[in-house]
Amino acid sequence: MFKNVYNWIDERLDVTPIWRDVADHEVPEHVNPAHHFSAFVYCFGGLTFFITVIQILSGMFLTMYYVPDIINAYASVEYLQTQIAFGQIVRGMHHWGASLVIVMMFLHTMRVFFTGSYKAPREMNWVVGMLLFFVMLGLGLTGYLLPWDNKAYFATKVTLEIANSVPVLGPIIKEFLQGGTIVGAETLTRFFALHVFFLPAVLLVLMVGHFIMIRRQGISGPL
Amino acid sequence: MAHGNNSKEKVVFVGDSRVRKGNGFITPPDYTSYPGKSEAFIPNFLLKEWMVGVVVLVGFLALTIAEPAPLGFPANPSASVIPMPDWYFLFLYQYLKLPYASGSYIVLGTLGVSGVAFGSLLLAPFLDTGSERRFYRRPIASSLMILSLIATIYLTNSAWTHYKAEMAETGQISEDIQREEKAAENKAKGLPTSSATKTKEIAIVDKEDPAMESFKKAGCISCHAADMKGAGGPSLRGVGDKHDKAAIAKIIKEGYEGKMPPQYDNAIAAGLTDKDIDHLAEWLSKQKAEK
Repeated sequence: MFKNVYNWIDERLDVTPIWRDVADHEVPEHVNPAHHFSAFVYCFGGLTFFITVIQILSGMFLTMYYVPDIINAYASVEYLQTQIAFGQIVRGMHHWGASLVIVMMFLHTMRVFFTGSYKAPREMNWVVGMLLFFVMLGLGLTGYLLPWDNKAYFATKVTLEIANSVPVLGPIIKEFLQGGTIVGAETLTRFFALHVFFLPAVLLVLMVGHFIMIRRQGISGPL
Repeated sequence: MAHGNNSKEKVVFVGDSRVRKGNGFITPPDYTSYPGKSEAFIPNFLLKEWMVGVVVLVGFLALTIAEPAPLGFPANPSASVIPMPDWYFLFLYQYLKLPYASGSYIVLGTLGVSGVAFGSLLLAPFLDTGSERRFYRRPIASSLMILSLIATIYLTNSAWTHYKAEMAETGQISEDIQREEKAAENKAKGLPTSSATKTKEIAIVDKEDPAMESFKKAGCISCHAADMKGAGGPSLRGVGDKHDKAAIAKIIKEGYEGKMPPQYDNAIAAGLTDKDIDHLAEWLSKQKAEK
């Protein structure tokens, strides 16, 4: 039954080569933690992806309740946190996951750096990886404001002041992020849009590039 | 289907374009030159990676259950809160407070050192171009990275220590803890536990009353705003729920808890009479929220 459905689709869309590109490849022994326990350091990239998936899923559930305006934002987060079944867990996962994904990405970056895996022919993949890191920091920054509590508000104010101090571009960046002369309603909607639409879109595009490059270039050899 | 791996195959073009018909998008890399036993990604290797993932997931969920995500009080621009970015920005935040990275040297801080550090991280493969991969054979790259790591850890730690010291000095407790305690207290008393600001707007009572003019003339609006919603000072809408006429008159004469200076002399200087001030106090005491 399942095979018939698969064959029916495959005849029309020729999906087997895609599946082969994604999944059908060998993994060498030196990155396999089952063979060498120390090879767990090669798992950090996969774990970053795993936590990113958790972030996307938990974030999707959070937007079912979150209201991005200054009157209701805090109230909606508080309601989610205290009244909704499992709301505290889902928000907790998104909150702690944001830190964990940074930790995992940091460890992954260090592994790649200290094993010299960014060397030719993998230079471009390192650059894309660093861009992923910056986008992830941007997601952390924009997500921090969304609960609209005092901590979020004052941290964002300071961040925008720091952005403002960059010569020439600073005031433009600040105005773009702030959407006006004060941190207020417009800032919250802008950060929300960046956090749930713009930055995740960039993140996904970069991730696809990252993965295609890994598959094209293969895993770097043992040291 | 027509995706063989035979490289001796005659080159076939697709339709009338000059796109070569290839053998799939990605040729699986050959690891036969690597020592040891390689294995299939799916399902063999993915299972092992999933086992590592499960260990991480259990730890993550345990943290989530043990430690609920913090939530403070609603954003209030006139609150006095020590600004604190998320922990992974602390090193940068602390760095930009250093004397040679702030004030008139701020450009050196933001573009100079941070720009060079992040720029060289981004372009590391083009700076460290040798073919040697082992870190102990790349002393410059490795020592620069280790130094940056030490600096980052040091800066993060000092930012956190300063924050804790500042909190202790000013006797502040983290707002998320305050909110939880307040909610628990209110719950015990059977009161609503929410800290969200009530959104219902309180209307001004008797807007056409001459006291409104006195209110503007006496300079009250510089802190309490022309719409009485407050600016530097608190909102006066519904102030009659808190203070009666005598109390308000006393506040005008003597100030309020050190937060508001006495305003009586200013009002007289602005041309108000004692009668006007008395009427103003009476009008303010009538400012009650609709029940």
